[in-house]
Amino acid sequence: MEQVFEILEQNAKASPEQISTMVGIPASEVEKIIKQAEKDGTIVKYKTTINWAKLGKEEVWALIEVKIAPQRDLGFDAIAERIYQFPQVYSAYLVSGTYDLAVLVKGRNMREISSFVTEKLAPLERVQSTVTHFLLKRYKENGEIFQPSLENKRLAITP
Amino acid sequence: MLETQHIAANPETSSGQRNFISQKVNDFPPSGIRKFFDLTASMKEVISLGIGEPDFVTPWHIREAATYSLEKGYTMYTSNSGLLELRQELARYLELHYGVSYNPESEILITVGTSEGLDLTMRAILNPGEEIIIPDPHYVAYPADIILAGGVPIFVPVSEENNFAIKASDIEPRITKQTKAILIGYPANPTGAVIFKSELNNIARLAEKYDLLVISDEIYARLIYSVEHTCFSSLLGMKERTILIGGFSKSYAMTGWRIGYVAASRQFIQPMTKIHQYTMLCCPTMAQMAAIEALKRGESEVERMVQEYDRRRRVMLKRLNEIGLPCFESKGAFYAFPSIKTTGMTSEEFAERLLKEEKVAVVPGSAFGQCGEGFVRCCYATSLANIEEALERMGRFVRRKAP
Repeated sequence: MEQVFEILEQNAKASPEQISTMVGIPASEVEKIIKQAEKDGTIVKYKTTINWAKLGKEEVWALIEVKIAPQRDLGFDAIAERIYQFPQVYSAYLVSGTYDLAVLVKGRNMREISSFVTEKLAPLERVQSTVTHFLLKRYKENGEIFQPSLENKRLAITP
Repeated sequence: MLETQHIAANPETSSGQRNFISQKVNDFPPSGIRKFFDLTASMKEVISLGIGEPDFVTPWHIREAATYSLEKGYTMYTSNSGLLELRQELARYLELHYGVSYNPESEILITVGTSEGLDLTMRAILNPGEEIIIPDPHYVAYPADIILAGGVPIFVPVSEENNFAIKASDIEPRITKQTKAILIGYPANPTGAVIFKSELNNIARLAEKYDLLVISDEIYARLIYSVEHTCFSSLLGMKERTILIGGFSKSYAMTGWRIGYVAASRQFIQPMTKIHQYTMLCCPTMAQMAAIEALKRGESEVERMVQEYDRRRRVMLKRLNEIGLPCFESKGAFYAFPSIKTTGMTSEEFAERLLKEEKVAVVPGSAFGQCGEGFVRCCYATSLANIEEALERMGRFVRRKAP
């Protein structure tokens, strides 16, 4: 069953028939597994990894370290929710170490991100400090390397 | 003076020189794959199912370890037998995966690929005219290695009805006073066939009955799907009669590194090491360093690749059968070996026309021996997208040729 999800994670377009052949369980069974997973939230969403830079699209990303004073009874969750609800926030993680939340934000330009940080994020009660790192270049994302795939180095026929 | 006369008297070569090449090599047919390679190389946009190596690049941690060893200056010879650490890791690995135990000090030799291991074996054991029994179809180098070492290959046909696994009952009638060894390779190139323990036991009993060696080429041992691999030397009483040949090329995607090994009892490793020390000296140090890393930390990468091959295997087998090229279920290596008999073409014709008309390269079965005729070798070590496109084109080709 795990294999069905591994294949879908790599290729959301794989059909139940293709998956059935690859893992050797009937297509109807695969379909059932997928339906169930879509229903119970095991499959959260089908998305596509796009290299926007290829389309020349300007985008600005920043990784923001956020230090937080946790709340009694609620810990970090309440303040984390207050932050991740903002649509600018692409990913948000509670992390161990010298800061608490790692927040990945996306904007159309630098101003958009700086106004998010200065006007929305930093003034939040319990946010003690922020450190903003703008992304300069993306090498790898979601396990995919962002560069032209290696050319074929194998000979055409080998023993 | 004499030389001039000799040259003049020899009309055989166009340059006016005599033929300097040894008779044995002269008489030797070139690999059937060669011709096909030249043809394929001359064409563009070919999808090749004719490749006998992984499409994965060697896992990064292995490459990184090799690079590091170069930076640290490990560029000298190693001991003839190979780095002791590597032999120790290998002994541990063989014990863990196959339950066989070899002494790293005296029973393992690191070779330049399994190719050298095979060659060393033949040179170490053969006297002129002695016979080695091999399957047909077989890996292209088997007969060559035997003949070059002065021996005679004796072919045992393996058939589709037996899923291309060699049978002891077919071997026995071909044993003569001159027979020295039985050479088996499983999982097999070109068929992808595996041999199960029950049949291996029958072969073991033959080896005992006729006092023969068994040369077991297990380079593809890790690439095996939904069944278990049985190492030949793990069979009762067989360690002393087995020359076990293996390597890193297939399981760790390390073909270009040229590193393999021979494991056998001391009486065989010693003479092989003798030849190896004069002809090869040692396996490249960088490759040995990479192999240590592969054995220590490569397991999850092997499992990842095996799982991927298995998915592709299932897709290829299903599609081959669907397009009318019946194919037995190969359970090992990364080859499918479909029959092309319904098309009425020879395997060479089939492969050549498929290449020219649909730009898909497969290897004619006849390149692997007479009994490979009527089949082609299709390698599934290529992307699923490539496999699907290639099979689409092959389907079109077969429909067009249908009588």
